[in-house]
Amino acid sequence: MESSEVERVFRECSGRAVATLARRFGDLSLAEEMVQEAFIQALEHWPREGLPASPPGWIITTARRAALDRVRREASRDERQKQSLRLYGPEESEPLDEGPMLDDELRLMFTCCHPALAPSAQVALTLRLIAGLETREIARAFLVPEATMAQRLVRAKNKIRDANIPYRIPPSEELPARLRWVLAVIYFVFNEGYVSSAGTELGRTDLVNEALRLARHLVELMPEEHETVGLLALLLLIEARRPARTAPDGTLVPLGEQDRSLWDPKLIAEGQALVRRCLVANQPGPYQIQAAINAVHADARRAEDTAWEQIVALYDQLLVFTPTPVVALNRAVAVAELRSPSEALTLVEQLGLEPYYLFHAVRADLLARVGRLSEAASAYERAGTLTANQAELKLIERRHHELLARARVLAH
Amino acid sequence: MNQYLLSVHMVEGAAPPSPEVMQKMFADVDAFNQVLQKSGAWIFAGGLQPVTSATVVRIKEGEVLFTDGPFSEAKEQIGGFWVIKAKDLDEALKWAAGATRACGAPVEVRPFQEPAP
Repeated sequence: MESSEVERVFRECSGRAVATLARRFGDLSLAEEMVQEAFIQALEHWPREGLPASPPGWIITTARRAALDRVRREASRDERQKQSLRLYGPEESEPLDEGPMLDDELRLMFTCCHPALAPSAQVALTLRLIAGLETREIARAFLVPEATMAQRLVRAKNKIRDANIPYRIPPSEELPARLRWVLAVIYFVFNEGYVSSAGTELGRTDLVNEALRLARHLVELMPEEHETVGLLALLLLIEARRPARTAPDGTLVPLGEQDRSLWDPKLIAEGQALVRRCLVANQPGPYQIQAAINAVHADARRAEDTAWEQIVALYDQLLVFTPTPVVALNRAVAVAELRSPSEALTLVEQLGLEPYYLFHAVRADLLARVGRLSEAASAYERAGTLTANQAELKLIERRHHELLARARVLAH
Repeated sequence: MNQYLLSVHMVEGAAPPSPEVMQKMFADVDAFNQVLQKSGAWIFAGGLQPVTSATVVRIKEGEVLFTDGPFSEAKEQIGGFWVIKAKDLDEALKWAAGATRACGAPVEVRPFQEPAP
């Protein structure tokens, strides 16, 4: 067994192990360290002795033993650990039951994504403790020095301990509000990976895979939460378009111009099945609606076959849940297709999205389509100054050049 | 049980609200305090005079030194506070939500080092 294989199996179950130990010892840092310790032992034992029958069971048992040793050795350690030792007794061995372990993981997710923690800390904690990524890897993915990320993690763990952020699944009346934070963290991780993957930075696609893994896992843990299912469907349907999303030279290819034969049919099928599951449940929410919008796009073999009427109707529904100018901008893009660019332009002009590059890019496209070319040109210029993403920049530059060429033809 | 400080942050020198608004605020805070006391979460609370009434005391070269005015020159100052008992941060945050609703100013929640007596 290769050490990379050990690492892969280990990462799969490290979140569960940290979660179980955190409940057992009431100390997140201890849980994390001891699971790390178990990893070192796994690197030594597994290649020699083969994979244990239950890798999570092996890790939890090994980490728990290490934790008990540590607690015994450091008798002066903090009161909570001693209490926990008294509570459970040092010799007691808990049966490794799947059910409670899954609950532990959910508890850990809700703790990592607690709204009293800064969003950047929520993301870092989730990737470190649930996804089992190394601090070094998380730092690289977010383009910050490792020391900065390490400090962010320590500060967050200290706040959890000092402020006594509870380690539990929120009661049902609080669950929807709290679940939104968990979903937002996963969606953020996905977007960070997805948006940047079109640019020049490498290695950040890992974030997309981590987000998909977390979303899949959350659906396993909470199959009855439709927004969770909606989020997974949304991520799958967006990810399905990745191969068509950038031209060989790295230019972003807009949805309407993508080569749809490059879309991943397996991911689409999986995403659409989940969207259907949500439709049957009929308890819509923002992620489910966004997934449905992407499912409608996936249905169209050619861009001109898109059911724009359905898409505009879904955006209307989305606006009820999230009445933001960004959603209104996306709706306007669909209105341009369903009705007319001039109608869409009227809608766009009302949105106060001055600092957002896409606002200017959409406005420029619409102005060009209604023949207001010089205004379109300055809108493209404005858009170009507002994004640093290479793929987006290249698309804007290309559109700008096409526009100038068209203007020259008209002038002759 | 843990102890938390809920401090009320106010902008010093900001125009005071109208008498009607003040009246309602006092009534709301009173009502909130009663709920807090009945629940057993109440430890202590109080409203503070403006920072212009504050004095900073420090030791300089072995001498006690008094300085007129607040320690921090910040515009936002603590206008009052509650000290409460709660089993965890979620419970403390719930009380803080009630507190900010009653007093109409942002409330900072900060854990004590010591558990509740």
